[in-house]
Amino acid sequence: MGKRILMKGNEVIAEAALRAGCRHFFGYPITPQTEISHYMAKKMEEIGGVFLQAESEVAAINMVYGAASAGVRVMTSSSSPGISLKQEGISYSACAELPMVIVDIVRCGPGLGGILPAQCDYFQVVKGGGHGDYNLIVLAPASVQELYELTVEAFNLADRYRNPVVILGDGYLGQMMEAVEFRDEEPIEKANKDWATTGHGGKRTHNVTTSIYIDPNVLEAHNRKLQEKYRVIKEKETRAEVFNCDGADVVVVAYGTVARVVKNVIKDAEKKGIKVGLIRPITLWPFPTEVFDKYATVPKGFLTVEMSAGQMVEDVRLALNGRNRVEFHGRMGGNVPTQKDILEIVCQMADGQ
Amino acid sequence: MQQIIISGFGGQGILSMGRLLATGGLHEGHNVSWLPSYGPEMRGGTANCHVIISNEEIGSPIISCPNALIVMNQPSLDKFENMVEENGIIIMDSALVPIKPKRKDVRSFSLPATEKAYEMGHPAFAGVILLGKFIAETGIISPQSFEEALRTVLSPSKHTLIPDEMKALEFGMSY
Repeated sequence: MGKRILMKGNEVIAEAALRAGCRHFFGYPITPQTEISHYMAKKMEEIGGVFLQAESEVAAINMVYGAASAGVRVMTSSSSPGISLKQEGISYSACAELPMVIVDIVRCGPGLGGILPAQCDYFQVVKGGGHGDYNLIVLAPASVQELYELTVEAFNLADRYRNPVVILGDGYLGQMMEAVEFRDEEPIEKANKDWATTGHGGKRTHNVTTSIYIDPNVLEAHNRKLQEKYRVIKEKETRAEVFNCDGADVVVVAYGTVARVVKNVIKDAEKKGIKVGLIRPITLWPFPTEVFDKYATVPKGFLTVEMSAGQMVEDVRLALNGRNRVEFHGRMGGNVPTQKDILEIVCQMADGQ
Repeated sequence: MQQIIISGFGGQGILSMGRLLATGGLHEGHNVSWLPSYGPEMRGGTANCHVIISNEEIGSPIISCPNALIVMNQPSLDKFENMVEENGIIIMDSALVPIKPKRKDVRSFSLPATEKAYEMGHPAFAGVILLGKFIAETGIISPQSFEEALRTVLSPSKHTLIPDEMKALEFGMSY
């Protein structure tokens, strides 16, 4: 490991991608993730990669489709309304089983909304904002160090499963600076990409990446293959941080920046004699359902806290399947749930209210 | 753990002041976080940043109860004064913050930072003078670490200014 350096979250995502072997980036600027493009624009030229600012998000995601088809490690990044525009291309890529990394540094919506932090893209990203039966692997970092590690991991997961992977962060994660420590060498997995459209000089039958299947039985068979892949991903790639949950009175479920606010709440609650646990999903899809089994009977119930009107809370309720109460606290519009408000709710729950 | 809010007008170098503290803290082996205000209010309006320097893992990077507040305009004092922890410190520029804090349970320091910075021929040093007072009061980072931070944060073309910046820091430290 090298020296710890102070870097901005967005720049760390870009640096991590380069370290993971990404040499192709197609994007379109939008706050609060534009530093990713800035960094890529500067560095790609130095290392002989491709940085291209497309004419729109729709163009960018389809360029990513093309590069991924050719078997290279490729990334695009955007923020909420920009991700909405990319959805058609994302669905096509999921169907064509193309490895790619998509970054969504969420801004508050709906509509053009605002640039402040939010988590209101959970439905769009985790439940598939595009059409059809597909899933994206969704990673939710909570620190600048984790932005680095999960971005590198995202490229490996994308290649391993031939599937788009999303890094879902909020504006604070993108804009904040923290220490990051880069590894001397990245754990890059080499994938067999014999499906890629790399050109072959007539030496084999040509490869095609497609998402059009006119024959219903062929399309159903392809869907079954995708579903089987998703089942394997669920089995093998589910991740969560479980903190302070053993013997807890209340368990709070939160991801990203909100999970960090909850860590402060845990300390405050401890001073009042209340033990609060935290389940922090790191993969939002696949959702870490099994983790909830162990703590399903926590005496005073679960509280989900989000920067949204209540999106992940639906997955928490599904995971618990009626076994315990699930309360919700959310802020919107770029406001972050405060330590004080969360503490108050936790105290009420611990008090039996 | 030091939780510092630095606030003033956009263009005063507020965000850079925060970066200097965070970089200095990192140099001393602490955990640090730096969170800027990046909303539309920055354009010609107020700018602020939250800096945490701690020996423990940093939970939320958002500060709800700072133990230090450094302000370079009146609206910033008005906005953040009540959030400051009891026995916390408020450091302000006397020329830019004419109305003093109402709080009696905090230690407040008013420095002629802008005036001194003009006198030194570098108006942009006002922030460094205020940081000098902060460092002297808290001891959270050494002047050597601050100098190291200047070297890291400033572009190499500005490194010739570092000796003067350190004089500004010392002025603030001994004020």
